[in-house]
Amino acid sequence: MITLSKVSKTYQDGRPNAFQALKAVDLEITPNQVTVFTGPSGSGKTTLLSIIGCLARPSQGRIHIDGQEISSLPERFTAQVRRRTFGFVFQHYNLIRGLPVIENVMIPAYPEGVSPRELRSRAAALLDQLDLTDMKHQSVELLSGGEQQRTAIARALINDPSVLIADEPTAHLDSHLSASFLTIIERLKIQGRTVLIASHDPLVYQSAVADRCVELQDGCVRTDS
Amino acid sequence: MIWINRQRYYLDFILSSLGRRKWKNASLICVYMLVVFLISSMTFLAGALRREADLLLHESPELIVQRMIAGRHALMPVDYIADIETIRGIQKVIPRLWGYYFHPASGANYTLMAPEAFQHDDAKVVIGAGVMRTWDPGPTGTLVFKSSKGGTVELAIAETFESQSDLVAADLILMSAATFRQITGVAPGWSTDLAVTVRNPREIQTIANKIVDALPDARPILKSEIQRTYAAVFHWRSGYIIVMLSGALLAFVIFAWDKATGLSAGERTEIGILKGVGWDTTDILMIKFWEGLVISLTAFLGGTILAYGHVFFTSAFLFSHALKGWAVLYPEFHLQPFVNIYQLAVLFALTVVPYTFITIVPAWRAAVTDPDTVMTQG
Amino acid sequence: MIRAGHFLGFIIFCMGVSICLFTIHPRITSARYHQIRERNRQLVVALGLTDLCLFTEARYTRHISQADLHSAFQEHPLALEHFPSGAIVPPPPIFHHPNPGTPGE
Repeated sequence: MITLSKVSKTYQDGRPNAFQALKAVDLEITPNQVTVFTGPSGSGKTTLLSIIGCLARPSQGRIHIDGQEISSLPERFTAQVRRRTFGFVFQHYNLIRGLPVIENVMIPAYPEGVSPRELRSRAAALLDQLDLTDMKHQSVELLSGGEQQRTAIARALINDPSVLIADEPTAHLDSHLSASFLTIIERLKIQGRTVLIASHDPLVYQSAVADRCVELQDGCVRTDS
Repeated sequence: MIWINRQRYYLDFILSSLGRRKWKNASLICVYMLVVFLISSMTFLAGALRREADLLLHESPELIVQRMIAGRHALMPVDYIADIETIRGIQKVIPRLWGYYFHPASGANYTLMAPEAFQHDDAKVVIGAGVMRTWDPGPTGTLVFKSSKGGTVELAIAETFESQSDLVAADLILMSAATFRQITGVAPGWSTDLAVTVRNPREIQTIANKIVDALPDARPILKSEIQRTYAAVFHWRSGYIIVMLSGALLAFVIFAWDKATGLSAGERTEIGILKGVGWDTTDILMIKFWEGLVISLTAFLGGTILAYGHVFFTSAFLFSHALKGWAVLYPEFHLQPFVNIYQLAVLFALTVVPYTFITIVPAWRAAVTDPDTVMTQG
Repeated sequence: MIRAGHFLGFIIFCMGVSICLFTIHPRITSARYHQIRERNRQLVVALGLTDLCLFTEARYTRHISQADLHSAFQEHPLALEHFPSGAIVPPPPIFHHPNPGTPGE
């Protein structure tokens, strides 16, 4: 269970161009559910996902994961939480160019110090589940958009996190690939993972996969259904 | 085991990262290796020469007595020997006959010497290998000198020193005393200087003072001063070493500064991605540490190995022109391989350690910033 | 992992070569150089030599330990027209540590 209490985030705090991206947000993320965050650009969706996933610290408020407060933890502990609890699929995938697919997938697990053989077999299994076995040794810049996204998903799952976070996952995909993405999300939900998606794509927030839809506007929760 | 696996992953990642910018990193390693090569070569050459000078000149006469008139070197009357021999502690005084001969055809300066016990007759000479190389004796195998009276003196070569003796004898032309006086014009009863042997080397300074008291126009030169002269020549503070070192060190500082002034956009993006997927600051700094170590260790090992080969297998051929300068005659170096491990350790500390540290510094800022920008960057 | 393994292997190889060159090679060649040095030592003793034959470009650079005071001031080896000894050879130690009783002191 992830709980946000009065979480606010202000960028450039104290400066003339200070911008409050989130305003006193209270939220409870239910496990084993697919939650979609919607809203217009600048509503705070990406910021909310960053804060939930320990990529950024809130300016005010607290975040609890399974009863433990993580918002004030030192950086190396939040990095550990980020690595073990969350898997990220970034909007632009952020794969490392020049590295083959399998190495991109393994990277988040390096700090864990798992044995190379085990890590390789874990990565190979994930690629197999996502139909990327043939692309294992190919450089990521040679992949199509859909293949890159699946590589990003495999990377997000390498540490077996309980929560997958995806930011605008269908932004660069056609409807066919978007549907494939939703199929993968459904599979993850069946596996018992919690999925958080930020999207303004109706294909996503209106799909049957989504259990909950939270609408944001100007940094506040407008509706929660 | 976890720690070892982690370090292997970091190393593997950074090697692939270096490979992704292979030309830039290859040229970096080459420049770095060249700097280490130059510094190591000079260190090895100077160290080996200094050691050789130390060991060989240890056998030099304990005291050389020169005569001075109006501050200039003047010939020594052989009669002075009687005044010096009476000083307590002196074992032997030998008059030395030596001087220089400029040979216009070759443009070389040679050292003429008439040793006390010359084994051949007046018409023969024993020469160094450098003389053989520069002064073509022709089919007759003779050397023709101009005498001090204007005529010529033709001398046959009885023997040639091996080139392995070049360090002490490359330019030597040994002859009998009579022949020496005929060529140079040094009259009988005069010598170039005196070589003095003492019973107790610890009394040498006292004896030198007594010589000056007995002969106010004499200037004694101690063996320790001779050895110190050469120690100073090959010391790192000597002019040439400083000039060469400065150039190499300046090159090193320039490219290390370029490294230290910041990361490229690509490197910053990579760090952001790594933080985004769960690496913390320590992990980022560890890969930068490995990057610095990979480059500097490769350059250090490559540079020192090449330097060793350059100095001890090819007689420092790259430096030979610089060291030879305008000299026509130049010795062949047959230096015993010798590496001062302390100097090597200092070189390691001066090259590997700072560079490794410099590689970490610019990454620090990127490593400590929140990775939330990864969510929005493309 | 292959890259890390290859690199570590390369470093170990280079370190092995370094150790052989810096420690073993001098030892195995010492006998030959000892012979060369012994011959040279005998020459130094027999001829009473005081200087190595390094700088032969000018007469007063050849025997740097014997350079007298006057020429050292006028045409001191630091005069750069005498290359390279002008850049290498510092003033003889007698300048820094003159013998007591030296004429002119």
